[in-house]
Amino acid sequence: MTTLGLVAGAATERPSLKHRLVRFAEAATTPLLPADYLDLFAPLRPGAELRGRIVSVEPETRDAATIVIKPGADWAGHVPGQYVRIGIDVDGVRQWRAYSLTHGPRADGLISITVKAVPDGKVSNHLVHACPVGSLVHLEQAAGEFVLPENPGKLLFITAGSGVTPVIGMLRNLFPVTDSGVLHLPRSEDHDIVVVHVAPSEPDSIFITNLKSLDESGAIRLVPRYDDVHGLLDVADLAALVPDLAERATYACGPAGLLDALEAHHDARGLELFTEQFRVATVEAGEGGTVSFTQNGAVVEADGGTPILVAAEEAGVLMPSGCRMGICYGCVLPLREGVVRDLRNGEITTAVEGDNVIIQTCINAAAGPCRIDH
Amino acid sequence: MTALQKKPASPIAHLTPEDIEQLGIELDAIRQDILDDRGASDAAYIRKVIDVQRKLELGSRAVLLFSLFPPAWLAGTAGLSVAKILENMEIGHNILHGQWDWMRDPKIHSTTWEWDMATPAEQWKHSHNELHHTYTNVIGKDNDLGYGIMRVDEDQPWHPFFLLQPVWNFVNACFFEYGIAAYDLELGRNLRIPKERRSPEFKAAVQGVLKKIRNQATKDYLVHPLLSVPTGSFLPTLAANFTANVVRNLWSHSIIMCGHFPEGVETFEKRSIDGETRGEWYLRQMLGSANISGSKALHIMSGNLSHQIEHHLFPDLPSNRYAEIAPKVKALFEKYDLNYHTAPLPQQVYSAWHKVVRLSLPNGWLATTNVKNAPQRLKLLYAMTTKGPKVRRAAQARLNQEARRAAVA
Repeated sequence: MTTLGLVAGAATERPSLKHRLVRFAEAATTPLLPADYLDLFAPLRPGAELRGRIVSVEPETRDAATIVIKPGADWAGHVPGQYVRIGIDVDGVRQWRAYSLTHGPRADGLISITVKAVPDGKVSNHLVHACPVGSLVHLEQAAGEFVLPENPGKLLFITAGSGVTPVIGMLRNLFPVTDSGVLHLPRSEDHDIVVVHVAPSEPDSIFITNLKSLDESGAIRLVPRYDDVHGLLDVADLAALVPDLAERATYACGPAGLLDALEAHHDARGLELFTEQFRVATVEAGEGGTVSFTQNGAVVEADGGTPILVAAEEAGVLMPSGCRMGICYGCVLPLREGVVRDLRNGEITTAVEGDNVIIQTCINAAAGPCRIDH
Repeated sequence: MTALQKKPASPIAHLTPEDIEQLGIELDAIRQDILDDRGASDAAYIRKVIDVQRKLELGSRAVLLFSLFPPAWLAGTAGLSVAKILENMEIGHNILHGQWDWMRDPKIHSTTWEWDMATPAEQWKHSHNELHHTYTNVIGKDNDLGYGIMRVDEDQPWHPFFLLQPVWNFVNACFFEYGIAAYDLELGRNLRIPKERRSPEFKAAVQGVLKKIRNQATKDYLVHPLLSVPTGSFLPTLAANFTANVVRNLWSHSIIMCGHFPEGVETFEKRSIDGETRGEWYLRQMLGSANISGSKALHIMSGNLSHQIEHHLFPDLPSNRYAEIAPKVKALFEKYDLNYHTAPLPQQVYSAWHKVVRLSLPNGWLATTNVKNAPQRLKLLYAMTTKGPKVRRAAQARLNQEARRAAVA
């Protein structure tokens, strides 16, 4: 305990003394670090790995909720429209997902994400329906290029489903909604914004009340398109919905199908388009696949019945290995991206970029293209 | 004990290859049930144990700052001993097995964990997870059998050198973490190689161990005693750390001896594992391990190695689940008419030590010696110890004959 106190007190001393005290504290806690003990008491302190504590879960629609999080002291802030990667334990397993930050920087320092529970979505359903208030989540600093330019001028937002979330973050920042109505700040005066909002139906629309009040106050022009009322949106109709389409820069966020169609549409007309898509096309487990190794550059065709370890060795890759029967964990490597199948029980493990799932190569076979860090 | 394959009546003679494959399928099903059910409560368990362990360690070390006062010394030393045991057994051993890798928490993962032990995690994982767990109780392959310094099998020829093995075993128990480090380095084998021909891997591994030992010793025997200087408790704190390390070493040595050493646990010949199927591997684990029965506290303090049989069948299942699957595993032993070896701690420790002593003596010596013939027997032992191999062979033949006769009678 004493050593920990010394470290805290050292902040005001000369760096060399501080350095010596840190070394001393490390010598007192080896093989762990002082941080491992400090984390027990102050997981959100400065210098800790970036984490956050869930402050509240506010339902938005029947299958969407806004999660308000108190970020750790080292949270560096964000620009509206950016997203944050959140690591949360679902059924005991750490899962990482990216969500748009749905507020501009708030005075209370809290951040929020708005999540729509998608069918079979492990993480989204957990966050919307079973997220324990008070629990810790793991965070990365905000990231993303999908932000407003300095002098935006005339804009068109096209959002579909939960694609509204980064946009609502930008709009809330431009036009804060208070109890007494929408505020019109001087910095937002020059904006001319149209929002084409696509959703299956009105009750399924996240943030529709927000969008409506912005529309009523004249901050934006809202063009809602509900599948059950208007039918599926055809991008060819955009020109009719937004007559001055050609004068506007378009910001779109939604599923891949819509974004692809928009890209073709805008390309053909030479219009400016910025897009954002989170949910990568679902990885389907198949039989076998191409396994590439990031460090040694090897690319191996592996079939669905051969362990990755064996397939790689046969192709001449030097692999770490051990018992070759799945018990010793001597062969584990990080799966950067891809899908593998446990040959013992058929269990599928998937990883998307950034996940870095550690897999046992001696009992897992490729079930699709895989990228392994080795 | 003698290798299973050399026994006149094999305990697995009644099993057909089909039985053994079926046994494997049924064990796989037990494993799968746990995998399907594994989740948030298991994750909460290991985090709780880690939380308790770290707070106990902090608290105990804080108390030891005043260890000049005997009650503080006693409380702090006891707490630190328990914390060190938890750290090695229920936490370190099991995390390094990959039992918690499924949580995908980089802080609780077999690839990142380091423990309060002389041997670095990386080296231990190789010798323990890979060699010991794969080649469990295979003579010549599994160095856990006697750690390369003991006679563990009647088939190993007796030599006077082994008379001291109970002493070594006790010394090894007191400084077990260093014994493990030496064993992970295969120190005996490597030191026989001339210095200039030793592999660079071995040299690097030695450096790794020395660095680890230096760090651990600096913490326990310098840094924390120094922190106690203001209360004049430098030496008491140093003694407390030493005691806690010895207590932890004695405890873990005892638990580990109970896992594979008690009388009746089988060993296997090297050839017997050629082309071994998964079912046969399972069977070897079942026959080569022994459990300790006892309270929940005993199970946690032993890192659930009290469920050694279940651990050896499923080394990567979370340790908190072994107790739950033990009845199912035991039912399979009964179904296939095998001996589920379990007994309370004192009994297993006695049994393991009895074997160490018995094998330190020539085959049959302990069994055929009684109070009446003791002087004559000691004379024989003295002769076997001091005279040449010829005398040893002749005396051994006589002992074997007497032991056979005693067994028939």
